Amino acid sequence: MDNFTTITVHIQERVGVVVLNRPSVLNAINRHMVSELLQALTDLDRHDEVKAIVLTGNERAFAAGADIDEMMNDDSITLELLNQFQDWDQLALIKKPIIGAVNGYCFGGGFELALCCDILFAAENAQFGFPEIKLGVMPGAGGTVKLTKLMGQKKALEWLWLGEPMTAKEAHRYGVINRVIAPERVVDEAMKFAKTLATKAPLPLRLIKESVYKAVDDSVYDSMQLERKNFYLLFSSHDQKEGMQAFVEKRKALFLGK
Amino acid sequence: MYETIIYETRAGVAWVTLNRPEKLNAFTPLMHKELQKALKVAERDEEIRAVVITGAGRAFCSGQDLSNDDQTLDYGDVLREGYNPLIQAIVSLEKPVIAAINGVAAGAGASLAFACDFRLASSQASFIEAFIHVGLVPDSGNLYFLPRLVGHAKAMELAVLGEKVRADEAAALGLVTNVIEDEIFVSQVEAFAVRLASMPTKAIGLIKRYMHKSWDSDLTEVLEDEAIAQSTAGQTYDHKEGVSAFMEKRKPSFIGK
Repeated sequence: MDNFTTITVHIQERVGVVVLNRPSVLNAINRHMVSELLQALTDLDRHDEVKAIVLTGNERAFAAGADIDEMMNDDSITLELLNQFQDWDQLALIKKPIIGAVNGYCFGGGFELALCCDILFAAENAQFGFPEIKLGVMPGAGGTVKLTKLMGQKKALEWLWLGEPMTAKEAHRYGVINRVIAPERVVDEAMKFAKTLATKAPLPLRLIKESVYKAVDDSVYDSMQLERKNFYLLFSSHDQKEGMQAFVEKRKALFLGK
Repeated sequence: MYETIIYETRAGVAWVTLNRPEKLNAFTPLMHKELQKALKVAERDEEIRAVVITGAGRAFCSGQDLSNDDQTLDYGDVLREGYNPLIQAIVSLEKPVIAAINGVAAGAGASLAFACDFRLASSQASFIEAFIHVGLVPDSGNLYFLPRLVGHAKAMELAVLGEKVRADEAAALGLVTNVIEDEIFVSQVEAFAVRLASMPTKAIGLIKRYMHKSWDSDLTEVLEDEAIAQSTAGQTYDHKEGVSAFMEKRKPSFIGK
């Protein structure tokens, strides 16, 4: 694909695979990486052949944090003008399912990036945490918000205040990740899951995603209105007709994503 | 490089020797740091496929050095900072770790031996759950490993009564793999370690990982863990080598990968 320098991208059996690739700095996330990520994910989102996306790092780290060197001399105004988190905001607009496969360290900005994934699989020896407080700051790309939504106020405060790592097992217990898997198998299992999703009807996949995120943020009433509209919307699709017809005829549906 | 331990490697085996013989190899904060560092080095070194932990002089390890004992310390914090990470490092090291118990293993010294994957005892060796004699509780994984090694009832006897367990008694309890005459102890430990170091290390690491995990899993989880482990082991060079050697009726040559 494009000439990315901080990530690699390839497509394997209808799954777009994005690998964070700054191994010498444990995949520390700099602004360039976020912009490349956004580019890659947007491209994959629009790529007809791609039905789901896997985002991963390497064996030692998903991403150990944000690139501190890059920001240590910034002041409030340069940050405001730079508006770097706009790219992060746009990551949330990707419509296809994103499966995160986490090995090793997943700290700070790396954890925030992981939390941008829809589904998270982590290695038994993966470690998650927001150590920002140890540097005199706090998460800035959604850490306090998303962690709280996932694990609740009490546990989120404990983790954000102490800045200590949590094991994959703890992260799993508090609903932060979907599955804890052997380190050797995390990427394989994430790929397997993504390939399973790739066999599903693509339109409901994306409308379910939209409805679930709406439900997390909004009132039951408003969320149900959106759910209803999305449900109705699918009745304009080929796949709804095909899916129901195939059900009646007791055969396997052939979904086109149309 | 190290002050309180000796770290040597030969024939694929890392030898970690606790080296404060005048203090019966009692733990100090520095020894904790050095031990953890040595285990990290052994973990990262691909040539290393087995680890031996032993003691210099007449003791294996006499536990916490009470002579430097600062009564103002919170013992819980001492454990969290020194002993607990050491025990975790041994358990999470996916290579076989052998405690070569050359003499007395007392208190946390016994705990250290219990956390290892194999215990080879010299005929001079003994174990003492010494904690109770100073009004303390067995720590450093002792309450976890001891009942799993010898059963709950025997573990209670040992932990509460704190009586010395000689090497032959330890063998009868299943606490040690083997008791070896003192004169041939080092050579026998070496032979055992070298044998382990020539085995399929990845598979041993997976066995270790999932056998530990089995203690807090139900059957459904263990069955799935075994399936996951077998997927991994099935892709190793050593598995292919083992199968080819079997077919070709020759001795396999494992590389640990």
